[in-house]
Amino acid sequence: MIAIVDYGAGNLSSVKKALEHLGAAAEVASDPLPIVTAQKIVVPGVGHFCRCEALNSRLRDPVLSAISRGVPFLGICVGMQWLFEGSTEAPETSGAALLAGQCSRFPTEVKSPHVGWNRIQINNNSRLLRGIENGSFVYYTHSYRAPVIPETVACTHYGGSFSGAVERGNIFGVQFHPEKSGNIGLKILENFCAI
Amino acid sequence: MKTSAPSEQLTRRIIACLDVDAGRVVKGIQFQDLRDAGDPAELARAHAESGADEIVLLDITATSGERKTLTDTVRRAARQLFVPFTVGGGIRNLQDAAGIFDAGADKVTINSAAVANPELIGEIANRFGSQAVIVAIDGKRAASKPDQAEVWVAGGRRPTGKKVLEWAREAEQRGAGEILLTSMDRDGTSAGFDCELTAAVAATVSIPVIASGGAGTPQHFVEVFSAGKADAALAASIFHFGTHAIAELKQTLLDAGIPMRWPC
Repeated sequence: MIAIVDYGAGNLSSVKKALEHLGAAAEVASDPLPIVTAQKIVVPGVGHFCRCEALNSRLRDPVLSAISRGVPFLGICVGMQWLFEGSTEAPETSGAALLAGQCSRFPTEVKSPHVGWNRIQINNNSRLLRGIENGSFVYYTHSYRAPVIPETVACTHYGGSFSGAVERGNIFGVQFHPEKSGNIGLKILENFCAI
Repeated sequence: MKTSAPSEQLTRRIIACLDVDAGRVVKGIQFQDLRDAGDPAELARAHAESGADEIVLLDITATSGERKTLTDTVRRAARQLFVPFTVGGGIRNLQDAAGIFDAGADKVTINSAAVANPELIGEIANRFGSQAVIVAIDGKRAASKPDQAEVWVAGGRRPTGKKVLEWAREAEQRGAGEILLTSMDRDGTSAGFDCELTAAVAATVSIPVIASGGAGTPQHFVEVFSAGKADAALAASIFHFGTHAIAELKQTLLDAGIPMRWPC
């Protein structure tokens, strides 16, 4: 069973729908128990980074302990940003700090939010992006982005380069919305389900 | 294949719009004279599969009594849709919006209710994020300059006295994530988008602008993305009745140097 962590941010139903479309069993989890027993964990999320407070206050420990046991974890959008140390969007809210760096706003010379379909430049041997062609289009909607770090497996250029996807061991994150990225996105979710 | 500069990889979007009345897709000429174009869920899926970057469902005759019909339609359409899905029409308050999100929409558009109660924009943005709130503006200017264009509400039946450019700026400040601009002068005419008005709104706000009203030929899309500075263009009947396949449209746009998601 895949636990979709509900912390009051974002569209859980579309992620659930996409996973079920792929034949995976998924359950929305707002309590620690289903997270403790989950075979995989997805943290979705759109909106403000401060929403991660709710994640930090009640569900951080079970999620982090599952990750340390090797349970595959996928963070989407704010869920990916949460893997980093924090975001200038909400400096008082901390991230999980599993990845180094801070998320920050797009520079003013580009329109923000970055909304729409953009290419991913796949630059590492990634399990999550297996079979995805370099330069594929995925759907983004966000105003803050994560820096490019050694764990970055795909980057997108918009007001400079940012992390489109990150990966280290059982930890995966995507800034774009695979549940809204058509067949490419479904393939990426399918890859995650198969890990 | 054409390549674009790294900062210009974000594609312009082609949005297929379904105008829905009592659970059926219809299309009118200048907000009247409706004809049946099919089942919303089937059409939404077909448009997504044929390359639409996004789907918008607008309930054009929404009343409180029909809300359940709309929610069911949204739920049915969302089930097999894996591209962004926006729903509008008759959303009056945060609860209405929450119901639409719960049924599977990614974004809502608000129009008359935002004019009547501008705080609604911020309320929805605070709860669901700015990316989930599109303020739809129906503008009319006849032969006057874009800065004189006026906002109309109630499905294009009532003038408000508000100026389109000022209202677009206010909507952005209040937390709108995108502006959906419909030219009432052009809607249903197939005479082309109002590029001048679209460019004026795009220059006024820093959030994406979706142009709507008047699409008739692929060349009209080229114009609205170049002269009109639109981030996205929305059309309905041009797609429903098979006048122009989305693939063919995107090919024309790519040939004109407009970045498009292709293949999809």
